[in-house]
Amino acid sequence: MASLSLQGIQKSLGGQPILRGVDLEVATGELVVLVGPSGCGKSTLLRTVAGLESPDGGVVRIGARDVTRLPPRDRDLAMVFQSYALYPHLTVRENLAFGLKLRGTSAATITERTDEVAQMLGLGPLLDRFPRDMSGGQRQRVAMGRAIVRRPSLFLFDEPLSNLDAALRADVRVEIKRLHQRLGATMLYVTHDQVEAMTLASRLVVLRAGQVEQVGPPLEVYARPVSRFVAAFLGSPAMNFLEADLGSGRLRAPGLDVVVPQPAVGGDVPGPVLVGIRAHDVVPAKGARADVRLRVEVLEAMGFEAYAHGHVGDAPFVARLEGDAARGITVGDELGLDVAAGSVHLFDRQTGRTLR
Amino acid sequence: MSRSRLQEAAVHLVLWVAVLFALYPVMWVTTQALSGGGATEGRIIPWPATPSLDHFTAVIGRVTDEGVWLFGLQLLNSVVVSAATALTAIGIATPAAYALSRFRFVGAEGATRTLLATQMFPGVAASIPLYLLLDGAGLLDTRTGLVLVYATSAVPFAIFQLRGAFDAIPRELEEAAMVDGATRFVAFVRVVLPAVRPALAITALFAFMSAWNEFILAATFLTSEDLYTLPILLNRYASEHDSNFGHFAAGAIVVSVPVMLLFYALQRQLVSGLTAGGVKG
Repeated sequence: MASLSLQGIQKSLGGQPILRGVDLEVATGELVVLVGPSGCGKSTLLRTVAGLESPDGGVVRIGARDVTRLPPRDRDLAMVFQSYALYPHLTVRENLAFGLKLRGTSAATITERTDEVAQMLGLGPLLDRFPRDMSGGQRQRVAMGRAIVRRPSLFLFDEPLSNLDAALRADVRVEIKRLHQRLGATMLYVTHDQVEAMTLASRLVVLRAGQVEQVGPPLEVYARPVSRFVAAFLGSPAMNFLEADLGSGRLRAPGLDVVVPQPAVGGDVPGPVLVGIRAHDVVPAKGARADVRLRVEVLEAMGFEAYAHGHVGDAPFVARLEGDAARGITVGDELGLDVAAGSVHLFDRQTGRTLR
Repeated sequence: MSRSRLQEAAVHLVLWVAVLFALYPVMWVTTQALSGGGATEGRIIPWPATPSLDHFTAVIGRVTDEGVWLFGLQLLNSVVVSAATALTAIGIATPAAYALSRFRFVGAEGATRTLLATQMFPGVAASIPLYLLLDGAGLLDTRTGLVLVYATSAVPFAIFQLRGAFDAIPRELEEAAMVDGATRFVAFVRVVLPAVRPALAITALFAFMSAWNEFILAATFLTSEDLYTLPILLNRYASEHDSNFGHFAAGAIVVSVPVMLLFYALQRQLVSGLTAGGVKG
């Protein structure tokens, strides 16, 4: 196992800058998830680490070695591809053994390691099958096995779950997390799925247009996003945004009138701001006064919870309500909501940066 | 229910008519070949009047005045020229098609278009320049010369076929191999080539067959009888001076058999080769 260090990675493809100077440190044994919308450069960054793309500038280090100019085979890493990329003409056993054979590992060691990995991932009954005879989930496990069997110093995952159906995805997600804990391996994982990102990551890296927007433990990034971009990207449903005026400790907009409890937050710069409120940070108001007045247009009730979609003033807004609280509500109601203490996010309207 | 039965019957009727339409001339040729004596004429149902294998023994057993088994020699010429054409086509087209499929380089687009353009000319159109080139190279009336001539049309076609096949192989397969420890060349040999094996088989077979069946260029560039390929031999039996349709028919069958056997042997590869890329997964 080894650490990974990226310094000032730059890459353009077809004259278009894809990575604009990415710095990132991944400690030994850490599972770092790169997340961002499509086109943010996360896959290109992963491929640069793998050596499948060569950077226009910057340095890639695995452990103490500078691998920037080394071909993929000399970097001692393994990669799990989105399409799994299993060798179609080889059986599962041969797929697992391929990399070891190329490196001249002895037959006894190859058998020992493939058996161990097959047992770890429950591939035993599949060893003599070809990829075409297996389901997506099974192929995915073989692809992981092919990476594990090599015992590389770094694992790379390129959206490995996106071809699986939702139920299987949840299972494999747990399996990857378990593997990470068991192997203590250094992993770099790319996804656009925020649930994967939140649940798997030791640390989360949010990429935006080829630059690192925010790095941190997932819950920390979720709770304290540095910008509107990060706030909007993480969380489902996405955070609600309202344009409001800040003055004398209150935020006011049509349908919104809330005290700013955090005195430090933007307190000394009165004026127009962008307010962010997550759907689950509101509760029905107790009395006649309410922080937010939501005109309910669509109600999604699921028993244990409900989502009320509508508008606050002119801004679209979604509120998550407990099952019981949603029972009396009908479409067309104006719903009074209070915002949970300390959960108002404020952003600069021009730059989108969080105001602290 | 009855309607679908009726439809099915109609479909079968149409298929039978089509099969008969395709097979009737073949049946006539077979009849001619198996009939002893002169030509079988004026019959609707092709069936030999006096069945005999005389034509076959005459065609296959033909020996020159010097005692050389001419048919064997010409069969060997056909096999050697066709196989060499197929090998040359695959040997040149495989790396070329891979490069065109995977790498971006100056002239790649132009090269592809030029290749396409060469396919628009009938091969005969190039016969005079080819004749001059072969003459200059001292390769007129040689098997090597004929293979080179066949390669001029087989290689571009093979490049097209194989480029499509390589395009259908995901890049990630090679990338996975390279991460696993392979150089690009090893990834190409051990991962990409096995994956395009059906396409290689079908491309080689097409090159083999077009060389096997080609007549005009062979007749133009070969003058010695001991270098003739089988189509020239066939033509002699159907020519003005010495027409013997029984010999011709027997020869036609003998010439067709190897190609039919090849088709049969490669059947499964062919079907998957023809559909490769059409189905995902």
